[in-house]
Amino acid sequence: MISPMSDLHIELKASIIEQLNLEDINLDEIENDEPLFGDGLGLDSIDALELIVLLEKDYGIKLNDPQQGKEIFNSINTMAAFIEKNRTK
Amino acid sequence: MNDLYIQNNLVCRSSEIWKNKALFFKSEENDDLKAFLKKAYQYIEMDYPKFFKMDNLSKLAILNFEILIQNEKIQDPALVFANSNSSLDTDQKFQKSTATFASPALFVYTLPNIMLGEISIKHTLRSENIFLISKEFNPSLYTQYVSQLFQDKNISETVCGWVDLHNSEYDVLLCRITRNGEVKFTEENLQKLYDQPHE
Amino acid sequence: MKNFLLADSIISPLGFGTEANLENLRNSKSALQLQPANNRFPNGYYAGIIDEDVLDVNFEKIGKISSLTKLEKMMILAIQDVLNSSAIDLENLGLVMATTKGNIDLITSNNFEGDRVQLWKLGEVIASFFKIKSKPIIVSNACISGGLAVKVANDLIRAGKCKHALVVAGDLVSEFVMAGFQSFQAISPFPCRPFSNDRAGISLGEAAAALLIGPKANSHSNIQYVNVCTANDANHISGPSRNGEGLVQAVSRVLENSNLKSDCLDYISAHGTATIYNDEMEAIAFNRLGLQEVPLNSFKGYYGHTLGASALIETILTKHALQNNELLKSLNYTAAGVSKSLKIIKENFKTDLKLALNTASGFGGCNLAMLLKKEI
Repeated sequence: MISPMSDLHIELKASIIEQLNLEDINLDEIENDEPLFGDGLGLDSIDALELIVLLEKDYGIKLNDPQQGKEIFNSINTMAAFIEKNRTK
Repeated sequence: MNDLYIQNNLVCRSSEIWKNKALFFKSEENDDLKAFLKKAYQYIEMDYPKFFKMDNLSKLAILNFEILIQNEKIQDPALVFANSNSSLDTDQKFQKSTATFASPALFVYTLPNIMLGEISIKHTLRSENIFLISKEFNPSLYTQYVSQLFQDKNISETVCGWVDLHNSEYDVLLCRITRNGEVKFTEENLQKLYDQPHE
Repeated sequence: MKNFLLADSIISPLGFGTEANLENLRNSKSALQLQPANNRFPNGYYAGIIDEDVLDVNFEKIGKISSLTKLEKMMILAIQDVLNSSAIDLENLGLVMATTKGNIDLITSNNFEGDRVQLWKLGEVIASFFKIKSKPIIVSNACISGGLAVKVANDLIRAGKCKHALVVAGDLVSEFVMAGFQSFQAISPFPCRPFSNDRAGISLGEAAAALLIGPKANSHSNIQYVNVCTANDANHISGPSRNGEGLVQAVSRVLENSNLKSDCLDYISAHGTATIYNDEMEAIAFNRLGLQEVPLNSFKGYYGHTLGASALIETILTKHALQNNELLKSLNYTAAGVSKSLKIIKENFKTDLKLALNTASGFGGCNLAMLLKKEI
């Protein structure tokens, strides 16, 4: 179990804000267990594709099945856990 | 054709937005496009987070559209837009991204008619759309197409747009065309609005 | 005033000229072939690509190949083929062009001058090759461009701007669009299977097409352009609407404006790209419109998605369907894979046809519906 305040959590929030152009959102406004899609941050299908690119670019993880993304991108916590387990860089 | 009029107009160039020939907004002269767009967005208190996800061309279109119709009730206007450089500005950015990781968020903006989609989503418009390309601003493109639209269909208004962006130079003219008003919807009048000097 | 679809040509991997294409369609041949592997597609990919050597051999008969891009040569060949079959006064001819990305492959090339990548330049090159005096009108409205250009051409004639109008459309399978659709994870690992339960995305294809429109029926054609309507989904810039509202609106409006009822339709040439969401959206829309019993196909299994050209190619194929009373099967269809039933054409057959609907939908939320009618 990784700490919810780990560097990875913070790093992820920062890169999501930058990569997805969430210009009016601050780091501390994203909760670790808050849903990223739907009501949460209001991300959409293009954002999901952009997160797949982020996984590959920053952590060397290739997702070939977009359906897989649904669980992984549920929240910052689920993303961080998945990255810890599968990262190649 | 005689019963169509230019209701409102807007021109946006070099850090200035002019609505109905009066200066509406001006930012610092040396502001780049991104800074200019953000300042104008804040000035009209737009509160539309999706704005920041758009490419510069769509930002130009949606922001100026908001200003054109501010304080007015629109009735499902048809959108007849054109430009010279298509989506080349974003095409180049997407092309660069393909060298490493092709960006889906850039790719989706590599079509000029995405501007019409963004405007339609913001205002739930299920109206007629068309996007045309012309080397230079050409008023006959609009008059021809729009007069046929009004003849054919139960259309009460149209917004004609020229939204062009190239090498960070931007050039926007928007006109709201309705069945009543004072300025007739003619090629000459459109050209005059496009050429209007702002001193 | 009524205009007719007088003469046409399709330049594709399935042949140079409409007849050659129709012959291959009747024999269920597809343009989609496995392309060599590259960095982006380690296992290769399926696409319909025109062999440039074959293109050049055909082109050398009418012009100099070195001064033109692949897309320009394709478009010129399509127009030349149409002009060969009809005596048309070029002085009084309007030109309308449809493309999404034009010469986008030049964005990384130094072989042509800088503005050659511009869509207006493509229009100039094509018009000047044929010395057509009127300024070409260029439509770039995603995947409905080819159909929208037919509307523009019809309007030009109606407004008295020209006697005849020529519509030309074309797009390439460029690195640019392949990279884009791959980033969307939208490329099918096998030739696309529109409306099927095992569909897995699109296949891309390249083609050019040309269509001559004019006010009088002739011995070659009595197929009339009735009308086109478009409608935006107002839903999402890349995802199709879940309830098909934009397509429903476009089809209802075109029927209403033409004083026709949906039960008059004999055939639907659907968009059918074979992505999960597009085909589902169309099935929902056609059911909402009460069109589930009208024979329907998608031509994407034959050509792949030819982007800005696709709606013009499908207009031409619909014209020939009406003329020949002949419906072609929806190639690569396996088993029902949408939540609402559709009458997918499973075998080629002959039947009496009078009125057809051709639809297209694209990025930016655009939808188009066109009606074509046989004048008897």
